[in-house]
Amino acid sequence: MPFTPVCSLNDIPALGARRYVRDDGLTIAVFRGEGDKIFALNDKCPHKGGPLSQGIVYGETVACPLHNWCISLKDGTASLPDIGVTERFAVRVVNDVVELDPWSQDLTSIADASLTTK
Amino acid sequence: MEMQKMKLVVIGNGMAGIRAVEELLKIAPDLYDITVFGAEPHPNYNRILLSPVLAGEQALQDIILNDFDWYEQNKICLHTSKKVIKIDRKAREVIADDGTRQAYDRLLMATGSNPFILPIDGATLNGVLTYRDIYDTEQMIEASAKYKQAVVIGGGLLGLEAANGLRLRGMDVTVIHIMPWLMERQLDQTASAMLQKSLAQKGLQFRLEAHTQSLQGNAAGEVVAVQLKDGELIPAQLVVMAVGIRPNTVLAESCGLHCNRGLVVNDTMQTYDPRIYAVGECVSHRGVAYGLVAPLFEQAKVAANHLALFGIGRYTGSLTSTKLKVTGVDLFSAGNFAGGEDYEEIVLADPGAGVYKKLVLKDDKLVGAVMYGDTVDGAWYYQLLRDETNIAAMRERLMWGESNLGDVGHQGQNKAAVMLDSAEVCGCNGVCKGAIVKAIKDKGLFTLDEVRKHTKASSSCGSCTGLVEQILMFTAGGDYSEAPKKKAMCGCTDHTHQEVRDAIRKEHLLTIPQVQQFMHWRTPNGCASCRPAINYYLLSTWPHEAIDDPQSRFINERSHANIQKDGTYSVIPRMWGGHTNSGELRRIADVVDKYHIPTVKVTGGQRLDLLGIKKEDLPAVWKELDMPSGHAYAKALRTVKTCVGSEWCRFGTQDSTKMGQELERALWRMQAPHKVKLAVSGCPRNCAESGIKDVGIIGVESGWELYVGGNGGIKTEVAQFFCKVKTHQEVLEYSGAFLQIYREEGWYLERTVHYINRVGLDYVKAKVVEDAANREALWARLQFTLDGEPDPWHEPERAGVDLKQFIPIAVVA
Repeated sequence: MPFTPVCSLNDIPALGARRYVRDDGLTIAVFRGEGDKIFALNDKCPHKGGPLSQGIVYGETVACPLHNWCISLKDGTASLPDIGVTERFAVRVVNDVVELDPWSQDLTSIADASLTTK
Repeated sequence: MEMQKMKLVVIGNGMAGIRAVEELLKIAPDLYDITVFGAEPHPNYNRILLSPVLAGEQALQDIILNDFDWYEQNKICLHTSKKVIKIDRKAREVIADDGTRQAYDRLLMATGSNPFILPIDGATLNGVLTYRDIYDTEQMIEASAKYKQAVVIGGGLLGLEAANGLRLRGMDVTVIHIMPWLMERQLDQTASAMLQKSLAQKGLQFRLEAHTQSLQGNAAGEVVAVQLKDGELIPAQLVVMAVGIRPNTVLAESCGLHCNRGLVVNDTMQTYDPRIYAVGECVSHRGVAYGLVAPLFEQAKVAANHLALFGIGRYTGSLTSTKLKVTGVDLFSAGNFAGGEDYEEIVLADPGAGVYKKLVLKDDKLVGAVMYGDTVDGAWYYQLLRDETNIAAMRERLMWGESNLGDVGHQGQNKAAVMLDSAEVCGCNGVCKGAIVKAIKDKGLFTLDEVRKHTKASSSCGSCTGLVEQILMFTAGGDYSEAPKKKAMCGCTDHTHQEVRDAIRKEHLLTIPQVQQFMHWRTPNGCASCRPAINYYLLSTWPHEAIDDPQSRFINERSHANIQKDGTYSVIPRMWGGHTNSGELRRIADVVDKYHIPTVKVTGGQRLDLLGIKKEDLPAVWKELDMPSGHAYAKALRTVKTCVGSEWCRFGTQDSTKMGQELERALWRMQAPHKVKLAVSGCPRNCAESGIKDVGIIGVESGWELYVGGNGGIKTEVAQFFCKVKTHQEVLEYSGAFLQIYREEGWYLERTVHYINRVGLDYVKAKVVEDAANREALWARLQFTLDGEPDPWHEPERAGVDLKQFIPIAVVA
């Protein structure tokens, strides 16, 4: 699937996020973490579906605004002792333009997590 | 090829046997093929809760512990309604009354006990029951619908619970007891007398030191009366015998196992046949047969350990404690409560208030306790007793309970908070506080049911339910973030909140990275707990100098609205002192219609809450409401609640509405360590509830009284008297100065009450009330801070609101 430009890097506040709404209504959160690294996750906490884009970002983690679950931006998994995982999406920065592949749902992280929690 | 598993047969499908199976499955799930025989038609249920079922407070399905699915899921072969009648120890096989045969490698006997039937005439008449299982309970419930008069023989724990249940089902109940006082095995005479009085008030009748001679029946073979030895004849169509239990050892004896008032076991719960283990009420361990649930569960754990071939558990006997499960009667007893020579007693008796406590001491140790009326500290005394704690140092305060020991910090700290992690909460299942706290934290538990499922605490007799709820409340908390109790601010640093505050002031630090660098933060940019705190400290210490960092604020303070569970927001516009008018209401109505706002709710702070607003709509909603932000989403001044006051009220002595509005206009936009709420009442009737506000003001004939440090949160705190002043201007200055010192010195997420308890009310009074110059300076600093502070709803650019957040990004065409 193709990467599409969605915004410039500076449209996302440092240690913040923006929301991207896909044609089918799914909201993808695009994060700007430590050192301007960009990540994209389904905007849904694995706990109770809280909008992760609205959480506080630190390092490579976001704290969900509803119940403070801490989700890794890198792989979408919740920090222990919480258990859960959110899908990640392919995203990159080319010449300060953020490019997202909104159909690149990566489910391998979910499969990994279900193996480790067994 | 799969290895042949060993075969475990369990005789008895009750609480002790199945608990042993559960413990075994926990540690060695694949060791055995398990077969269970039960004489009753039901799956394993909670025998202790038969009393609430009889009393109509619980239903039968509520007391099932392991339903049929559980047996299936764990691949346990369950035979219900089958009584094992023979054990062939040589062939290692059991035989049930229907001919079923089952071979075993290990056998676990949990045959329980049988109720003792008095050997008197008429004992076999219809309508004469014992109280032991679901069948008995159903019979009693049925009888209570048909008949009016009941006699319970036996005034022990079980007898009284049966009598209470039958009384609640409408019967006239007489309890016949052979001893001089009720529950003599658990209570001394004084406590027993109080119990009897309270049960008599519930309508029970008693015959003490009464011997039952015979039961009389009619021609149809139904019981009609109970004949006492002294000649009295008590009419009864239902007679319940609750005079004790005997270990059920018929089967054990028939196969030649050594029994002596119970099936004799060693400390590993093994009988004289090494392949056969036994647990529960059928067992005699070191000469003692237990009839309470906690020891049985301890036995089950040990037996499971040995069945699992781990071989490390030993059961060395139990101390027991008792609670009576009669709603409205609080009773606790443990250990040697009778005392006697060589023992000392501490007694508190207030029969008028229905409170009695007796502690029995020997050699500076607690050896027994009886409590009636006030049993909150039962678990604590029981712990002291079991641990044989030396109580010499706390002797004079011992009677007043755990919460009166030592300096526990602020008033109203609940019992759950001060309990040690090792203290036992649930006696039935042997669960200590630490295990519950760990489960709540690790598994993110929020409800009592979840805690029951994960820890088993409060799932047997239920008498510790209140305590478990307290622990849950205390551990899970009510806020999204934890209160600043720990020493270090968070995992990013070892510095305390105070150290960070001090460094910001002393070093004139102005940004979060500066603070983190200066104080050697371990993480590159902090975390979700320290960043909001540092951001607040910077802004409150260096107003108009430090720059706000919205990304270090919780979403509500970034989007200036309250996030809801579905990701929508709520908006609460400010209504000065709870006053509104037709223009505002009309605009609110129009906005509600235009933006399809699903819920409009009146808040406790005398304002209107518009709920369910999409984030995209927030800027337009604010603009069209054309009302100031209510800051209902912020750690800031929320509302000033007012009563109607002297303008309308016939009792009003002061114009509280005007005073409240003046305060609100002077203080709005004020950020603080936590939310701040005020109230102004126009007379001591206090209709604005000033007593539970951070600053509460009450008008009196000669001026205004100020109260501080109240709140109505998880733990309601009553505000303390601060000072009395005369004029409106003084109310503003004293209130403002108090809030400013709290703003400057309070720790992030610390409410006023906790700030005051930390530094002391006298200190705050000295700084604000007694030191006029300091008060004026504080008040001036607050006004300087608020001067020119923008309203984020209407001056978003100046307030630094990130407006891009409201619009989703889109594919650039």
